[in-house]
Amino acid sequence: MKELLAILLSAIIIDNFVLSKFMGICPFLGVSKKFESAIGMGIAVIFVMVCSTLVTYPFYMGILLPLKLGYLSNMSFILIIALFVQLIEIFLKKTMPALYKALGVYLPLITTNCAVLGVTLLNINNNLTFVQSIFNALGGGIGFTVALLLFSGVRSRLETCDIPETFKGVPSTLIAASIVSVSFMGFSGLIEGIFGK
Amino acid sequence: MSTQNNLPAEEKSAKSPINWVDFTKGLIKENPTLVGLLGMCPTLAITTMAQNGIGMGLATTFVLVCSNIVISLLKNVIPKAVRLPCFIVIIAGFVTFTGFILKGYFPALYDALGLYLELITVNCIILGRAEVFASKNSLVPSILDGLGMGIGFTGALFVMGSIREILGAGSWMGLQIPMTPLTIFIMPAGGFFVLGCIIAAVNKIAGKKPPKELGCHGCPNAESCTACAKGGENK
Repeated sequence: MKELLAILLSAIIIDNFVLSKFMGICPFLGVSKKFESAIGMGIAVIFVMVCSTLVTYPFYMGILLPLKLGYLSNMSFILIIALFVQLIEIFLKKTMPALYKALGVYLPLITTNCAVLGVTLLNINNNLTFVQSIFNALGGGIGFTVALLLFSGVRSRLETCDIPETFKGVPSTLIAASIVSVSFMGFSGLIEGIFGK
Repeated sequence: MSTQNNLPAEEKSAKSPINWVDFTKGLIKENPTLVGLLGMCPTLAITTMAQNGIGMGLATTFVLVCSNIVISLLKNVIPKAVRLPCFIVIIAGFVTFTGFILKGYFPALYDALGLYLELITVNCIILGRAEVFASKNSLVPSILDGLGMGIGFTGALFVMGSIREILGAGSWMGLQIPMTPLTIFIMPAGGFFVLGCIIAAVNKIAGKKPPKELGCHGCPNAESCTACAKGGENK
């Protein structure tokens, strides 16, 4: 239990997918303008990350590994994620229209979000167990959401600032991201401190 | 080529199969990273060293040229509705292949790139070129386009890697530079900072207004992305 909590926490704040691994930068910069869309995107990412881990991990362990096809992981995972996102979309549309209305527009974007492919591949590369993988995916998704929400707050302040002409738009956004990333650096060593690894 | 597609703008002038504009536009004018603002993940993640930047750039160029070749040849076979999954699988195949080559011949680079090598699969430069260019043009222009964009990407990674390595580690391509390294520049925060400054510098030099939005025009997801950013109202 302690170990799972350590994985969850470190995926959320220390190895944050966006701010320390640079995965999912596109949605991080593109969808962080509004608080509401940041929440929607975040929840959709958590959902897809956990669900695709639930599918890809057994697929790798049960089919690819016994057939000695481990090198196909990249190709098959991206296909599984793409398929899966489509299925989720259809499923939500039929059964939970309210949730579909909230998340629907974010789902197609997630196929090409490298954080999702990244988390499924990392779970395999780091030799995590099934339960650990799920916690890692959950933590990764929550971390993505936290970064997105924090950054949407920073950006709403940035909108009203008087910035030099050359730095307006993307450059100032990136520099703001750098400062948010510095604040996350403060968490390094936290896990060792709490759990004494 | 007998199967000329009747598409607007850029390819109208292509009377001879070799049109060097297809190649040169990717180098500076439409540089995918600094002007197009695509492929941000690898640009930020692996540019802690200039060497890694070149390695990543060349690996991406290889995948980009190969996938452009295959996609331009198959453009009439792939059904429009399922084109994105098809493109991704083609790209993923070449990425796996590149991974084998690097693992066999350049193990140090393979270790340095790590997971980001596999993530070339979802690099939006490659998917973007497949969607915007290769699926609409014939073989030779697609190869030139892939080469140009790839070299432009490599150049941007090299510049970014050089700045971060010199400032952050006090070395460059194996040379030691007599200065106190500012470690922050090779940490994630430094990556965002340097990229922001480079893009600002490019805007200043090019003398144009900095882009308000990311260069999503090449990304197949652009439409839904804009919809999200506007508040996520679903139709």
